[in-house]
Amino acid sequence: MSKFGKKKKGLPAVNTAALPDIVFMLLFFFMVTTTMRETDLVIEAPQLPNATEVKKLEHKSLVSTIYVGKAKDQAKFGSGDKIQLNDKIATVNDVANFIYSEQEKHNPEEIPYMTTSIKSDVKASVGTIHDIRMELRDINALKVSYSTRKGDLANNLK
Amino acid sequence: MARRENSEINAGSMADIAFLLLIFFLVTTTMDVDSGISRKLSEKPPENYEPPVIKQKNILEININRNDELLVEDERMEIADLKQTTIDFLDNGGGIGKTVEGVPTGACDYCNGEKSDKSSDHPNKAIISVQSDRGTSYGMYITVQNELLAAYTELRNRYAKTQLKGQYAGMSYDDLILLSGNDKENKALKAVINKVKDAYPQIISDAEPTK
Repeated sequence: MSKFGKKKKGLPAVNTAALPDIVFMLLFFFMVTTTMRETDLVIEAPQLPNATEVKKLEHKSLVSTIYVGKAKDQAKFGSGDKIQLNDKIATVNDVANFIYSEQEKHNPEEIPYMTTSIKSDVKASVGTIHDIRMELRDINALKVSYSTRKGDLANNLK
Repeated sequence: MARRENSEINAGSMADIAFLLLIFFLVTTTMDVDSGISRKLSEKPPENYEPPVIKQKNILEININRNDELLVEDERMEIADLKQTTIDFLDNGGGIGKTVEGVPTGACDYCNGEKSDKSSDHPNKAIISVQSDRGTSYGMYITVQNELLAAYTELRNRYAKTQLKGQYAGMSYDDLILLSGNDKENKALKAVINKVKDAYPQIISDAEPTK
């Protein structure tokens, strides 16, 4: 009688001993697949144009990024296209120095493989992009990538 | 005092610590793969440099004005027609190619074009010149560049499918590029890709924008 009369005291607790393992696994996954966010944007996050013929940029450490778009703080910087290098809004004339300082971080033999990625808003004007291109040409940083997303071209012209 | 028996360390908060780290990494890192249209800029010409004279028929002139309207060879065109026009121009093969390292390339035997004498002589002589206005929108500029690249890719795909022999016969250019992404050291594959690229070399020039 006593053997059957015993009642279970509620549900036993779920064993959570493996929880840290699972979370660590997630943690390592994210540590390996992601990269550190390098810059804070002072311009509005550019809406990148869409394209179909895109190439992946490899060797992220060899890429220097130039942002082009409207300033967040338009009262201070004015309207119109602004160029962001590192964390600051800069003029076209600073592009050369920016690229030189990026090149200094690398071995001389890596420099020809360095790419400049231009992340520009669809509404920016070609004039600004051309000015940057001329600066890059002057200092012989000839590899350029116009950053785009994969997608429908029709969105570029809205 | 007698030592107590080793009791287990309480690992209950391990999960909390791991979560904290996880959230930190989620916030501070990005996952976006940077992709884009890659271009090689032309080198700065030396002073007093006189550009070589190029026959007008070997240049496809594209103008984009400040209202994002397209003018190709002095005729208005919609963006949807640009790719086909470019293909027709590149693939014309009306004359003989230029001489590469002392070896004349001769007539284009893989071109399917009209062989008209008003359009380009050979894909390796065909130059596309894009002139935009300073006020042209970047979106339009990228769209045009994308259409031009799409034309090249289509021609290269066709060339690879019909002209390649041996191990890589029947594969398109896109397939070859995919393969080379996984196998970077493969010299034979690289040579094949370069052969396809040389058949339709990308010669796109950006003219000084109008003001």
